Amino acid sequence: MIETVVPSPKLVSIDINGQSVLAPVGSTILDACRKNNIDVPTMCFLETLSPFDACRLCVVEVAGSRTLVPSCSREIEGGEEIITESERITNTRRTLYEMYASTVDLSLADVDTVRWMDHYNVDPERFGAFEAKRDVKVQDDLYIRDYDKCVLCYRCVAACGTEAQNTFAIDIVGRGMSSEISTEYDITLPDSACVYCGNCIGVCPTGALMFKSEYDMREAGTWDEDRQTITTTICSFCGVGCSLDLHVQDNRVVKVTSPLDHDVANGHLCIKGRFGYAYLQEEE
Amino acid sequence: MDYRTTSDAPTSQERAAVDSLLGEPDSKWSGATDRSAADDHVAYGGFHGAAANRHLLLPALHAVQDAIGWVSHGALNYISSRLPVPPAEAYAVATFYDLIETDPMPPRVARVCNDIVCSSGAGALLIDDLESTIGPAGTPNGDGMWVTSPCLGHCEKGSAAFIQRAGEEAITIAPATVSAVADILDGAEIDSIAHPVLPQSVPNWTKAREMGPEAVIDEVKASGIRGRGGAAFPAGVKWEAVAQAAGDKYVVCNADESEPGTFKDRHVIDTNPIAVVEGLAICGYAVGATKGYIYIRGEYREQERALDDALAAVDLEFDIEIRRGAGAYICGEETALFNSIEGFRGQPRQKPPYPTEAGIFGRPTVVNNVETLAAIGGIIRDGGDAFAQLGSAESTGLKLFCVSGDVASPGTFQVEFGVTARELISLAGGVVGDLTAVLTGGAAGSFIEEPHFDVPMTFEDTRDAGISLGSGAIMVFNANVDMDAVSRRIAEFFAHESCGLCVPCRVGTAQQLEIVDRIVSGADSAKDRHDLDNVGWVMRDASICGLGQTAGNAIESAIRIGLVGRDR
Repeated sequence: MIETVVPSPKLVSIDINGQSVLAPVGSTILDACRKNNIDVPTMCFLETLSPFDACRLCVVEVAGSRTLVPSCSREIEGGEEIITESERITNTRRTLYEMYASTVDLSLADVDTVRWMDHYNVDPERFGAFEAKRDVKVQDDLYIRDYDKCVLCYRCVAACGTEAQNTFAIDIVGRGMSSEISTEYDITLPDSACVYCGNCIGVCPTGALMFKSEYDMREAGTWDEDRQTITTTICSFCGVGCSLDLHVQDNRVVKVTSPLDHDVANGHLCIKGRFGYAYLQEEE
Repeated sequence: MDYRTTSDAPTSQERAAVDSLLGEPDSKWSGATDRSAADDHVAYGGFHGAAANRHLLLPALHAVQDAIGWVSHGALNYISSRLPVPPAEAYAVATFYDLIETDPMPPRVARVCNDIVCSSGAGALLIDDLESTIGPAGTPNGDGMWVTSPCLGHCEKGSAAFIQRAGEEAITIAPATVSAVADILDGAEIDSIAHPVLPQSVPNWTKAREMGPEAVIDEVKASGIRGRGGAAFPAGVKWEAVAQAAGDKYVVCNADESEPGTFKDRHVIDTNPIAVVEGLAICGYAVGATKGYIYIRGEYREQERALDDALAAVDLEFDIEIRRGAGAYICGEETALFNSIEGFRGQPRQKPPYPTEAGIFGRPTVVNNVETLAAIGGIIRDGGDAFAQLGSAESTGLKLFCVSGDVASPGTFQVEFGVTARELISLAGGVVGDLTAVLTGGAAGSFIEEPHFDVPMTFEDTRDAGISLGSGAIMVFNANVDMDAVSRRIAEFFAHESCGLCVPCRVGTAQQLEIVDRIVSGADSAKDRHDLDNVGWVMRDASICGLGQTAGNAIESAIRIGLVGRDR
């Protein structure tokens, strides 16, 4: 009988902000920072997806590197000397947030983005106030897509593609400032390959993709997270055992999410788990 | 096919165009209209089957574009089902490239250069004439239309137009006149292009194989040759790294020459295509490569044919395939080039890993510029030491410089490294009119001023002086040139060519253009100058690739020297 032994990764010493720490070879600088409680902002990075290297907010200084280095994707070899806060880094991160704020509607951005923008004293109108450009796409009863809020982090494309769903309904089309997330020839989602798993909504950091139930309530002014409770349960539609967080307001489910750190589904669900709650609240 | 498409079907012409590349489909799984008996009993799938033909996506899009003039939804669905590639991803790739159209287009489209050199000379007059005779850019007139284009690489000729013709070969005319462009848009017949007689012997290739791979790499290292594409990395070091790697590996000739003001690679291919393929074969032999690719920009059709003829003329016993770009400056960046060849959007990859570790298809890859590879034959023939005798300590050999703009005899000049910009301008017959500005290194380079006209043009001296050698472009502007317009055109170039992947470059190039617009129109504030500096700095420090990292250079130097907003 052959025993498979998984070798534990080699630990090497690196220097972060003058402090020597041990980290496994091949893990990333961001991993090491988070393990050592060193806070680094991110936007496109998500623990359950491969790094996309787009937002550049997680950049750090690495001795010997001409340019700043994205910490989310740079793998540790050993001996690196890393600085995570400096005037150079602050200036870059602040300007990047200001670039976002002038071109994207960040009004529903996640709490981390709001916190970091505050931390870096971001002036959201430095490069001009954001101007609305696109209509919200409402093409069915389940999702809406509001691409004025899209930061092109690529998470939804990755989740729709090989990193979760393997459906490939959307991708980044165009180039430069004309880039946007789209189906082929901008066909509607019901006409596209979309299977309504909602995993794109699950990974969106800025509210560009949203449950239609949430969108309708926000439009009506009735969305109120302070009045919502979250009930954690296990999806009962099949035997996989995905965790569900039911967001409930006024005794009705208004949204379903799934925790990223649950190792069955890594936050990804299917249409039944994500949207199959209607029967709970049918009147008869 | 496993992927869902809409019911839009290809026309018979679209189907034939794709089949001319891929052959007839052998089953309904891969796009046949009728079900065969075998289809009832087999399923083609699995990751390998699904991914194996992805690299043919761009050639398939080209096939339809060339035949029809644009790629319809039905044609895209057919391509998607044949390869297979998800239609959303195929559309994402198609919309990345300027030369692939996904909206209906007239059968003939002229792309007329209005970039830095052309727009400050005869090209500006051509565009004025086109507007008055044919109509505004982007408006169909009969079966033809004209649009503006980034640099087409014919800067020494003063004006250029690249014309795509559905069902016929695309051609470039330079210098272009309004009547020549109008005639071709009207459907005038073009005389078939003569195929030059090429030498059929490749003595350096023969000699290299007698020497053996290690000896070839030793000579290339001894020559000290650095890459001629702009990054100046020692070629021998790359070769050695890839030679030491095991398994499949690749060599690539980067012929995606798109840097404004640069046309030396076109000149090399026009005059000696055999040297290019010979150099690539020697490189492939030395590193033990599985295959070689030549990635040539989509507007260089004549040069693509010349390389094709060269491959047919000589028997290299090494597999070399030509791949055509489709109108994207970023694809000259080596990792974007890999993605383009693999059938993905031509977006760069974060380095490391470097190409010598993970290049095309994730395998170790050598990428060298056309000019670099064309010099390899001579190194094998005369020895690396002889090559190293020329030039300077760190910049050995001869270098091609492209001198264009307001000089008496613009063109490509082969000189020893160490010549100064002043000497190069004098080689090109001297300045016509009063010298106002010189831009070296292309749009990604910088404007120079005294005393930098006398800096030896070597990698080390230009680096120490803080000026740019880049690809060897020297653009000369006299007092008649509107430097505001030139600066604006540079900013527009980068905003158009940014791939959009990383935020500093995607947003930064657009902001740079907005701020330059305000400065040239006199509507700027002190804050704008500060913001422009800061945006340039963040692009340089935080962008994923060289495009964003250099996109602010020329504008910053133009402002520092005082070339922008002078007339106010």
